[in-house]
Amino acid sequence: MASLTDLTLTEAQTGLASGDFSSKELTEAHITAIEGARDLNAFVIETPERAIEDAERSDKRRASGEVGGIEGLPIAIKDLFCTKGVQSTAASKMLEGFVPPYESTVTAQMVEAGMVMLGKTNLDEFAMGSSNETSYFGPVVNPWKRNSDDQPLVPGGSSGGSAAAVAARLCLAATGTDTGGSIRQPASFCGIVGMKPTYGRCSRWGIVAFASSLDQAGPMTRTVRDSALLLQSMVGFDPKDTTSADVPVPDFQAALGQDIKGLKIGIPSEYRLDGTDPEILGLWDQGIKWLEEAGAETVEVSLPRTKYALPVYYIIAPAEASSNLARYDGMRYGLRVEGDTLTDVYENTRGEGFGAEVRRRILMGTYVLSAGYYDAYYIKAQKVRKLIADEFSVAFEQVDAILTPTVPSAAFAHGEKSDDLLAMYLNDVLTVPASLAGLPGISVPAGLSSDGLPLGLQLITKAFDEETLFRVADVIEQSAKFTGRPDMKA
Amino acid sequence: MSVDKSTVARIAQLARIKVPEEDLDALADELSKIVGWVEQLDEVDTEGVAPMASTAEGTVLRQRDDVVTDGDCRDDVLSNAPESEKGYFVVPKVIE
Repeated sequence: MASLTDLTLTEAQTGLASGDFSSKELTEAHITAIEGARDLNAFVIETPERAIEDAERSDKRRASGEVGGIEGLPIAIKDLFCTKGVQSTAASKMLEGFVPPYESTVTAQMVEAGMVMLGKTNLDEFAMGSSNETSYFGPVVNPWKRNSDDQPLVPGGSSGGSAAAVAARLCLAATGTDTGGSIRQPASFCGIVGMKPTYGRCSRWGIVAFASSLDQAGPMTRTVRDSALLLQSMVGFDPKDTTSADVPVPDFQAALGQDIKGLKIGIPSEYRLDGTDPEILGLWDQGIKWLEEAGAETVEVSLPRTKYALPVYYIIAPAEASSNLARYDGMRYGLRVEGDTLTDVYENTRGEGFGAEVRRRILMGTYVLSAGYYDAYYIKAQKVRKLIADEFSVAFEQVDAILTPTVPSAAFAHGEKSDDLLAMYLNDVLTVPASLAGLPGISVPAGLSSDGLPLGLQLITKAFDEETLFRVADVIEQSAKFTGRPDMKA
Repeated sequence: MSVDKSTVARIAQLARIKVPEEDLDALADELSKIVGWVEQLDEVDTEGVAPMASTAEGTVLRQRDDVVTDGDCRDDVLSNAPESEKGYFVVPKVIE
């Protein structure tokens, strides 16, 4: 039998059901893997004792016939989700030592469904970044390396710890959050499946807020089926989140294994950006062929305002962040740095508590919201956002799904883009449009670059049509037969 | 539009973030670069377009019954306070 850490989430579920191993054995194997891979810095904190207790309780439940949706499966949680009694930091000095007295809705549902929690994974500070280099707890190392050199690479971000942990077989699956690409981009860089559901599918309650009109939780897994399995336990209406969608939840796995004959797949030429790695464009063409061979019809669609999505995002996301992060004032929780006056305490606390990228985004957000600039920047961006969302609506009158690359490049080295803000921001150029429109998207590993690094293809569907998303993703996965895995596995 | 050093100092003050004097020039450069780049949105004709604040705009805002649904958890609320005393947050002196 394959090593327990090599199983997919679904295989592990089957193995537990047939009694091949216990949740405790499965959990211990992952704890050992985590201990052996600390060089990756994928976790902010490990919770092995909690995991063993979770596993023992799960084994008892199973013995008594109680089996939840992810019963006994060892999973890692991005450290942006508040977890009751377990430090939750958003990878910021501001929240170091913060222990929530409550559980986020998504993780509460996962606990209810039988999850074993292995620990909290590293991320860019307050989920602001595309390389996991802005974490107060240090950068995460991508378990993949180039063939041509031995330089440590970034795992992408912001859900970089989750992506690295899933790729390195430190957990069977992990949660991520995606504001402009923070699930899909690291999934592409680490050769795993990363899925962002429709805005409103997963409750945002108890997830540290970055940009509230964009933030969405989602699953990070090694297969499309695992993605559907984990998503099932994460979604659902929650009265505690005013933007939570009160819509029926389908059986996501039922969408898999269906053929795609007659489906129309849109190919937006505007995603063929200057500067995109030619290998990625080649992979995209290959993806088009796979879908055509499977019986789908590919259609050119036009999304002419695609190139404006990123500038829209870099107005709206910082604006919302500057408002959301106003709560960190040193009074009720988190860091407090003393000063002579109340204002000094606020300013000292926020001056020391936030890292460089978070500070920059709060200042940018404050600027675009300030008197005299509000209409010129913020309202303007919201209007262009509307046009971008409308373009997708028009496209989806014509097609069932849209296929694009996930990121214009493969993973890059630590420090390679840190000095060039706009080059760093460009990582999300292909993922941000769907975020602005609130649409579901998934990145599926589809091939390796000539230098041996994983590359992903992205699918996007209309809102609340995750079933078609999984159905087409399944075909990409079957066709790509991606079996690549990082050398540096535990 | 470029963002100058005094503008950075002003927005830092609005955002209640202490920014060391020696960081102001670099921040002014960075913000100018970002602002200059986002200004490409001026090319887009948005005449008559309604600004979109949320993709959930179509959903009806719910109202719940006006009843207590949570509470009686003072110690939990205070458990992460930098300073607390006798069941209250302790904050710096506000009124002279």
